[in-house]
Amino acid sequence: MAHAPDHADHVGHSPAHHQAPLGMYFAVFFALMGGTILTVIASHVNLGHWNTPVALAIAIIKATLVILWFMHVIHSPRMTWVIVISSFLWLGVLFVLMFSDYLTRIWNIY
Amino acid sequence: MRNPTLHELQHPGTSDDAHAHHHPFLQHHFEDLGQQHEASTLGMWFFVAQEILFFGGIFMAYSVYRHMYPEAWSAGAHHQNWKIGLFNTIVLIGSSLTMALAVWGAQGAKRKLTTVMLVLTLLLGMTFVGVKGFEYREHIHEGLFPGSHFTYVDHAHPELTRGVELFMVFYFTMTGLHALHMIIGAGLLIWFIKRAWRGDFGPEYYSPVEIMGLYWHFVDIVWIFLFPLLYLIH
Repeated sequence: MAHAPDHADHVGHSPAHHQAPLGMYFAVFFALMGGTILTVIASHVNLGHWNTPVALAIAIIKATLVILWFMHVIHSPRMTWVIVISSFLWLGVLFVLMFSDYLTRIWNIY
Repeated sequence: MRNPTLHELQHPGTSDDAHAHHHPFLQHHFEDLGQQHEASTLGMWFFVAQEILFFGGIFMAYSVYRHMYPEAWSAGAHHQNWKIGLFNTIVLIGSSLTMALAVWGAQGAKRKLTTVMLVLTLLLGMTFVGVKGFEYREHIHEGLFPGSHFTYVDHAHPELTRGVELFMVFYFTMTGLHALHMIIGAGLLIWFIKRAWRGDFGPEYYSPVEIMGLYWHFVDIVWIFLFPLLYLIH
């Protein structure tokens, strides 16, 4: 495939404007495998309260790799970025508002 | 008498020729395949966005109850075999790679490669669901299925028994909804394998494979979070 110079915000072109190099897919794949192994190793080390944050941090990095490279968001129009970012923004609102309630219920017995 | 399309309005006098040379999969309400590709990809992202919030709500509930019953969550996770979980994680990441390579093949007009990669994705996906079913059978055998079948008692800490049951409610709900997504994806893959083999896809028209990929990768991402949250709590 020819390498088209531009990829963002194009309307009126053929969709065959961007075919990522094959090596990228394998690089992301091995990074995801590495992250998986790291998650397992980290879970067997006692980090106290940090075990879950570390596991989630690795998962977020893995998810970001999948979204940007496997799901081609990195080469997508800005409108796609808006949808992707706003969906996680709403997820953040859900978690922040819910925890601002549950984490401050000191009168609860549990 | 049909109404003129946007294309005809903007390019008067080209109506017959334009239709004669249209790509067979170009819908009439789109200017060209590029616009159609962007519209369909964006539409799929809207769907994925609501899926993120759909699963997000369950992850939210999981977090609240884990915060309430941390010891029970830890005890519940000890009934999960992390080695099987790791195996399934590797299988699923592998299937994401083959799915991505199927899209790559379609972009490059590699009909056989696309078909083979879609078949591999289907096989890996079914392996995952099969292993999941094996795990479910073990849990049910141990009396860990919530409700009237829940016969498990934590002898070391009997007070945690009800909390472990709640953990298993989340375990079966989250992995069950995830597996349901896999099964729906497998059904779509069978249809896509047929289309790919028939030669529907190519550099001009690979949007359906791309969109199938978005769905499959999203389901992979859900598992990336489920694996540490259900198997790796100590």
